[in-house]
Amino acid sequence: MTQEAVSVHAGTRGFYEDTGKRTGIRAWIFSTDHKRIGLLYLMTMGVFFLLAVAFGFVMRLEMLSPGKTVVEAQTYNTLFTLHGIMMIFLFIIPGLPAVFGNFFLPILIGAKDVFFPRLNLLSWWLFLAGGLLALVSVFLPGGAADTGWTFYVPYSVRTSTNVLPALIAAFILGFSSILTGLNFITTIHRMRAPGMGWFRMPLFAWSLYATAWVQVLATPIIGITLLLVMVERWFGVGIFDPTLGGDPVLYQHLFWIYSHPAVYIMILPGLGVVSEILPVFARRTIFGYKFIAFSSVAIAAVGSLVWAHHMFTVGMSNTGMFVFSLLTFLVSIPSAIKVFNWVATLYKGSIVLEVPLLFILSFIIQFSIGGFTGLMLGALAVNIHVQDTYFVVGHFHYVMFGGTGFGLFAAMHYWFPKMFGRMYNKGPALASWFLTTVGFNMLYFPFFFLGYFGMPRRYYDYLPEFQTYHLISTVGSWVLVLGIIVMVVNLLIAYKRGKTAPANPWGGRTLEWTISSPPPTENFHDIPAVTTGPYDYSEYEQRQAEHP
Amino acid sequence: MDQHTRTPHAETPHKISYGTYVLIWFGLLVLTALTVSLAGIELGRWVIITALVIASVKSLLVLNMFMHLRFEERTFRVFALVALGTLLIFITLTFFDYAFH
Amino acid sequence: MSSTSPGVAAGPHAHRDDVGSRLGMWLFLFTELILFGGMFIVYAVYRFTHPEAFHLAAAELDTFVGTVNTIILLTSSLTVAMSITAIQEGRKTFALTLVGMTILLALAFLVNKYFEWGHKFDVGIYPGAPELLAQPQGVILYFGLYFVMTGLHALHVIIGMGVLIYDFEAIRRGTINATSFVRLESGALYWHLVDIIWIFLFPLFYLLH
Repeated sequence: MTQEAVSVHAGTRGFYEDTGKRTGIRAWIFSTDHKRIGLLYLMTMGVFFLLAVAFGFVMRLEMLSPGKTVVEAQTYNTLFTLHGIMMIFLFIIPGLPAVFGNFFLPILIGAKDVFFPRLNLLSWWLFLAGGLLALVSVFLPGGAADTGWTFYVPYSVRTSTNVLPALIAAFILGFSSILTGLNFITTIHRMRAPGMGWFRMPLFAWSLYATAWVQVLATPIIGITLLLVMVERWFGVGIFDPTLGGDPVLYQHLFWIYSHPAVYIMILPGLGVVSEILPVFARRTIFGYKFIAFSSVAIAAVGSLVWAHHMFTVGMSNTGMFVFSLLTFLVSIPSAIKVFNWVATLYKGSIVLEVPLLFILSFIIQFSIGGFTGLMLGALAVNIHVQDTYFVVGHFHYVMFGGTGFGLFAAMHYWFPKMFGRMYNKGPALASWFLTTVGFNMLYFPFFFLGYFGMPRRYYDYLPEFQTYHLISTVGSWVLVLGIIVMVVNLLIAYKRGKTAPANPWGGRTLEWTISSPPPTENFHDIPAVTTGPYDYSEYEQRQAEHP
Repeated sequence: MDQHTRTPHAETPHKISYGTYVLIWFGLLVLTALTVSLAGIELGRWVIITALVIASVKSLLVLNMFMHLRFEERTFRVFALVALGTLLIFITLTFFDYAFH
Repeated sequence: MSSTSPGVAAGPHAHRDDVGSRLGMWLFLFTELILFGGMFIVYAVYRFTHPEAFHLAAAELDTFVGTVNTIILLTSSLTVAMSITAIQEGRKTFALTLVGMTILLALAFLVNKYFEWGHKFDVGIYPGAPELLAQPQGVILYFGLYFVMTGLHALHVIIGMGVLIYDFEAIRRGTINATSFVRLESGALYWHLVDIIWIFLFPLFYLLH
């Protein structure tokens, strides 16, 4: 991995200058360049994310005191439905793969683009269409959907709110997700640079590969399930509706056959980001490369077999409960393998406390809390007690936001110089890390107590004895939102006026740091020949050993 | 897009004769006749099993010959097994609930 | 290495990778397989919980019509498979004939399906029909699944026809030819998948009475 290539493009705006034959916005929305598509996702997803944050913010405000605080009960139902749908389908599922996967996967494996560039653009258009439809459904007559993001039957078949547009939107978004996964699998199989064997692939690419398989194999199930609910609503076909003999529990099975693997679609790329960033700031070759790579695949595989642990209170057979509880416990093994390897990588490393690493450290701790509470939920006896309480909500926010969300913040701060060719100010970035970490934990840690004491999720009102926890949580949401605002503003300022970024500001060893910032069109003038593993800090480690 | 160094030139794909295709087609028709005629016989709980076995054999013929799966790289067959295995596991695990009610 | 390919990656490929293109197509087929697989799960569960009603309801279907449609689809698979050999040999007219036959057979399948469904509607078997709602719940579920699964399959037949018409045009214009025919291969793969789905739908709905 040489540095010569850098000088060739130094001082230019890289791919930003090459608009093809198009101008203005058309150079973006019709471009098949993987980097431009990645940035398109970043823009659209960013807007959806901030909207969903705003919904969450209002929900927390409502929970500040018992009874009505700022919104009506029906509005609250709409808020948690939209917050869920948007955060899940429009932000965190596409999340890391669509933005950073698109932008960096081809570069990380030494390719000029993904295998199917036009399909890639189609994925984004579908994503946009699905997202807009979900938004429009809010304002159509009938009112926004109030089913929660889970669309459980029979309520979703009977409610008069706009469930149909929301279902169609989720279906389209699923299709977009499938196409991205299919594209990435083909890209990784067919387009690795010479010498880029499977075990020289950066671990982020490995995690994207595992994610892509889940996207391809699990998403069709949600597609067909939502389609079945649609025909049930449209034509009154008897599928899940109990009055026609249908079994609503079967809907839940099908829903979770996808939606549980979907949480691994959400978290796996986050785990990949940790493995990618950690060695760079520890200046150490990653500990247990193969264990981390295979644990991604193992999480994807075993994680697809545990769905019914969402259904321990619906009256499943005891055998079913036992099997699914056992399988759930098995997922913790590959997850823990990752955490141990990360910690071992940090051990005796020459740690550089840059902002991306700080987000990663928050990630590891929060992910561990989320994972541990997940084990508690996987245990049958505990699960019955805390099912559908704030404990569950706390658990998945710790994994999804404390994990993937912070992984995304870390990736943003790690790759920002490469993507935009500019450096951000470290001071505000540090402040945003501090505020988001403190705010996040203040917001969600009380949820565990609330849930344990019996506060049900999605309730508009609560008993007065819960108020202290709700108060702490709501104040936490203010701190968190402040942190997000500081981060967004800081990055926007950096984008406008930041100092020019060098090709390799962090001392990374993977291929993206061998090309200029921002990368040129088609990434590599000559396809690189890869001769070492992705995190080769052996020289550095040796120097440290000789001159400590 | 273009650096597929491991397949430097467009490979010459396998060509299958018309005769082979017609033979496979004939085999599929025979299997169809078999499954239809078996449906008339009272086989009890074996009805569904024989029907599914025959359907699987027919699918294998279509997959391997019409769809050229046996002439593709090994990756294709591994992928097919992964996809099929996933579906079978989904069905099996669902029945861990329903079969033990 | 190829620094020849122009500007953004939309340009023509300096190097084709047909294996990769087919790999992508196969991955797409797996998603279709699992899409239908979701419905097969529903079918399996309801058949398990309502065995007698499913038995009873299956007798309502016309095995003859189902068998004819099976033969039609198997034959269409044959013709589209042969069209690839024809294009490989550079026999353009023969390839066009074979793809054209496939499209006509697909149409025949749909016409058959139309009359079959029409007949069901006439005797009061359609979603929400009062006659159907008076039946045991297992029968309602059976026909719910029958309409949804054969309906979605028919939709795939229509999509497949569209793809094959597109390929037909491409052969005629010469963009699919003896040296470049991966698009026809993809179209054919899709068509065979439609066939395979039917190979399972046929016994599960028509033969288990």
